[in-house]
Amino acid sequence: MGIESFFRWLADTQGINVSVVYDAYDRAHFLYGLWTTAWLSIVAGALSIVIGLIGTALLTAPVRPLRWASRAYVEAFRNTPPLVQLLFFYFAVGGLLPTVRDSYGASVPLVSNAGWAVVSFSLFAGAFNVEIFRSGLEAVPRATEEAAEALGYTRLQALRHVALPLALRVCLPALGNNLVNLVKTTSLAYAIAVPELLYASSEIWGESMNVRETMNAMLLAYILLIALLVWALHRFERALRIPGWSP
Amino acid sequence: MIGGAVTHSLGKPWLLLAALVGLAATAAAAPSGGSAQAGTVAVLLKWLPLVFTGFLFNVLVGVLAMAFGTLAGLPLGLTQLASIRPVRATGWLVIQLLRNAPWLVLLFYVMFLLPFELHIGGWTIPLPAWVKAVLGLALPVSANVAEIVRGGLQSIPVLQWESAESLAFSRTQVLLMVILPQAFRRMLPPWMNLYAILAMATTLISVVGIQDGLAIVRSAVTAEGRPALMMPFYLLLLSLFFAYTYPIARLTGVLERRLHAG
Repeated sequence: MGIESFFRWLADTQGINVSVVYDAYDRAHFLYGLWTTAWLSIVAGALSIVIGLIGTALLTAPVRPLRWASRAYVEAFRNTPPLVQLLFFYFAVGGLLPTVRDSYGASVPLVSNAGWAVVSFSLFAGAFNVEIFRSGLEAVPRATEEAAEALGYTRLQALRHVALPLALRVCLPALGNNLVNLVKTTSLAYAIAVPELLYASSEIWGESMNVRETMNAMLLAYILLIALLVWALHRFERALRIPGWSP
Repeated sequence: MIGGAVTHSLGKPWLLLAALVGLAATAAAAPSGGSAQAGTVAVLLKWLPLVFTGFLFNVLVGVLAMAFGTLAGLPLGLTQLASIRPVRATGWLVIQLLRNAPWLVLLFYVMFLLPFELHIGGWTIPLPAWVKAVLGLALPVSANVAEIVRGGLQSIPVLQWESAESLAFSRTQVLLMVILPQAFRRMLPPWMNLYAILAMATTLISVVGIQDGLAIVRSAVTAEGRPALMMPFYLLLLSLFFAYTYPIARLTGVLERRLHAG
């Protein structure tokens, strides 16, 4: 008996209706939600790392207003609710932007709801990344850089070939933690109807009347997605490990 | 994020709050159409008491969820030190499950799958939505508290256990009288950090239909029916949360530094 027919039998005879397994429509819907969650996480995660690097660079900038701007950004985004940030971007900022015509001639917002989710989540996670990268760089002793400079490296070369590789290894666990949190944060996009896993699941249980089963499938999918990420990060950490040196 | 986060010090914290309020005021001062409409500041002031009440409700839900989460998390964390393997394994599984699921998903679980009232014996205990929301938020909190407890207890050198045991303390006595008092100091900063995260996460309850500060802001914007009001209203709510969470973050940072210094 195949998996699909087993779950169909389970629904017909036992009343356990896991429609996301045997029903092709619900399954496609569910997988699309899973894919959207993964896509949101990957894009926002990559952007948050870029934002974190820029923010860290600004923190060490010789211009005082730039340093202040970076700190203000970090504190503002770390100390306000991510859900309110998301709605602020989607409704308040999105409302100010002009609309454009799509290929059917209908007027659509310049940035879609998924677009605002990416903007909001990357700014939120980016604020944490600034802190993570800064403390990573601070963990590299000044003497290490000075030693590199004594060997004839320029300051930039010392940063690129000596300090940054060490700092990366120091901040990898915290960065991984933050990325895991980002995946969990993507579920907030439910509030602005981005068809990610939670939203897709809520549509499925609304249509198929199987709240319990679909919720369990959704929880399992989230756990598996995060387990996969944790495993990958762990592999990456191990691969980068320098024998005999521990941060 | 929890425990590992090093809170950064901002030279002048009030500057940022002032900037947020200033931004709200600038948005408020923007031309708001006809003169027949009330000024944005007047509208904000009119709604402020209600929005603030909603915000206080967020705080209340957060405090209750933290209390329940801590009460449940303490024994859950202690399972990780149990000498019986199945206890340890079960505790580990529960912690991992609750820690790795998104908070909103757990909130949905409790909201949808708990009945609106419980029948225990002859008693009927009503479970209004907001009580379920508190329990829903307490679930991930308990798992995070458990991790904090585990980390705090394991950070105490094994030598402390051994020397206390050599003084004829029982395992429970060592835990309660020697290890926990020392570990408490180390658990406090991450616990406060968790509370700050929870205080902000309480806005999630508006997603499941509870009238909190965020829900009131959304209703206010809808009731006023002027898109130009969205920016000041959301900035107002963001400022309220910032004014509440930022001091906690600063205090956490101070305690953390003191811990590392001493």
